[in-house]
Amino acid sequence: MTSPSERLVNGRPLRIGSASWLLRLRSAAVALILLASVAALMALTMRIGDIPMSVPEVFQAITGDGSNHFVVMELRLPRALTGALVGAALALAGAITQAVARNPLASPDILGVTGGASVTVVAITMAAGATTGGASGPLAEVGIPLAALVGGLVGALTVYLLAWRRGMDGYRLVLVGIGVSAVCTNVKYWLLTVGDVNDTGKAMVWITGSLNGRGWEHVVPVSLALAVLIPLTLLGTRSLGALRFGDDTVTGLGVRMNLARGLMILAAVLLAATATASAGPIAFVALAAPQIALRLAGVAQPPLVVSALVGAALTTAADLISRTLFSPVELPVGVVTAVLGAPYLIYLLIRVRRKARS
Amino acid sequence: MSTAAITRTASSGRTIRAIHRHRLLVLAGLFAALAVTVALSVAIGAKPVPPAEVWHALTTPTGTESDIVVRSLRIPRTAIGILAGIALGVAGALMQGHTRNPLADPGLLGVTQGAGFAMVLSIMVLGVTSLYGYIWFGLAGALLASAGVFALGMVGGRSSPTPVTLALAGTAVSAFLYALTSALVLMDEQALDVFRFWQSGSIASRGPDVAWQVLPFIAVGLLLALFNAPGLNALSLGEDVARALGQNVTLTRAVGIAAITLLSGASVAACGALAFLGLVVPHLARPLSGPDHRWLLPYSGLIGAAALLLTDVIGRVVARPGELEVGVVLALIGAPFFIALVRRRKPVRL
Repeated sequence: MTSPSERLVNGRPLRIGSASWLLRLRSAAVALILLASVAALMALTMRIGDIPMSVPEVFQAITGDGSNHFVVMELRLPRALTGALVGAALALAGAITQAVARNPLASPDILGVTGGASVTVVAITMAAGATTGGASGPLAEVGIPLAALVGGLVGALTVYLLAWRRGMDGYRLVLVGIGVSAVCTNVKYWLLTVGDVNDTGKAMVWITGSLNGRGWEHVVPVSLALAVLIPLTLLGTRSLGALRFGDDTVTGLGVRMNLARGLMILAAVLLAATATASAGPIAFVALAAPQIALRLAGVAQPPLVVSALVGAALTTAADLISRTLFSPVELPVGVVTAVLGAPYLIYLLIRVRRKARS
Repeated sequence: MSTAAITRTASSGRTIRAIHRHRLLVLAGLFAALAVTVALSVAIGAKPVPPAEVWHALTTPTGTESDIVVRSLRIPRTAIGILAGIALGVAGALMQGHTRNPLADPGLLGVTQGAGFAMVLSIMVLGVTSLYGYIWFGLAGALLASAGVFALGMVGGRSSPTPVTLALAGTAVSAFLYALTSALVLMDEQALDVFRFWQSGSIASRGPDVAWQVLPFIAVGLLLALFNAPGLNALSLGEDVARALGQNVTLTRAVGIAAITLLSGASVAACGALAFLGLVVPHLARPLSGPDHRWLLPYSGLIGAAALLLTDVIGRVVARPGELEVGVVLALIGAPFFIALVRRRKPVRL
């Protein structure tokens, strides 16, 4: 294993104005490889559909305006983009949460986002199913994402307000978050039992996370959120790095802790809420991607950019598998992210342990 | 020895005795609280039964309607509640102690998802239809999943797995199994129907057989847990210090994991996903007991049982003539209480 000082030598400082980052060669290489794999995986998923295409045909369809142009541009590209962007946003939110909570088991779930969104959507699905025979039409297209967004933000606000008491304490935030998400989980389970079993199935698909039928209207909110929030979180990298120390040390390092932590949590909440609104709380990405990223990059804390790319790659790969493995039956993508991410995370854990021993 | 030193020794002796007395008083108080909730659980239900008839059913049953309600429904239900509550409370305290993580709940070793997956599989593949059938499969699934998590944590290292490795392996295995379970139930409506009710968590209509089925597992688990407490106290100083104090760290971890598995596996198989109890109860017990696991474990068990029974009684009363499952009532009442507690005092850190 390399010692921390050797690693520092490997890094190159990158300065823009008064802001500076340490550019690590290994992280940069990992990021480039991941970016290439995301693009390749997206191209592969866009082949699949009622009209099978080869990869070159997909590219021709994007650039030219042949008969496949509409299919690729209006149906397949937005779906692939939604997968990659939602994965990136969830992973980034997870990386921030794990850094703020100083806990590798933390995920945006403990910020109340996924819990609030899930309860809202399950309640609507079960209630609408009982009265109108299923949520469909405009309710399904606009209503569900909007309800999920509102539910997620309300959940996060509840957690934050309940945890605020003459200032914020990271540990208290985590404990309150556990309480609120436990309420949400159990209310969700209970709601799943009250209605018809068909509606339960529909609601289960949403709360597992699905990319089925996602269009540009799902791409735009997530890409806006990422475009605004990625630069902002990168500006906060130094504060985020400091936040892993104790509260007193953080203050001693000259970080305005409550401000830095509040802004970081806000960014994580917005990322997770927009991502969840688009594709449902795709299971496991926010938890696993940062842990996979820090082991790939060989650093001590979840690296932001690499985490986002791991999230995008994981979700896109899961989408590809969910559509090919049991074709024509299509599993919700959230089923596959866990089936795919879990063994990989376990493999990384074992490898790191082996290395630590030798 | 100077007089000052003698006074100090004497006063610290008194303090220790005072602390001891205080702890025994708290223990007695918790027993009393459990007794009250047991009485409530037998006396109150969706069907109102006058106290005199409850007494009649308990002492001289003659087969009246009230006798049957009390003896065949409420007493088994209360017994399951006590067993599951104690088991989950103790398992939660053990889990948080071993992982030194306040986010750790007994479900983290994969028991809940292991039980759920095995039950769904038994319904779909083997066509098991009876509740008693599911429970054996659930128990087997819980034990297998947790053994798998521990084995994964062991692979590649020469010593016991670190808490973080174990917790991450557990989360990964849980997510994996839950994904497989959702894939299965999304394909089979009948299994989904059984699964959704099991998942929501309930101690109602289990019958006396279920309590007897899980009792041996919970009894062995509790014995292991008590045996584990001193070792866990040493481990909370860090593995190196514990080793220097002469602890066999691997053995302590293994006994702890076995206890958690038996306790939470048995209760999850019988009652469904009530793991929230195991997460919250240790946080309620820790301010009363301090960090000493020899006290924390019994306190957690008693608080767990009392809390489970009390919320179950509330669930029977609020939605008369129907009932609310204890899982949702537990969350709706327990979580605000927990949050208020977290807000009021400085949380006791692990």
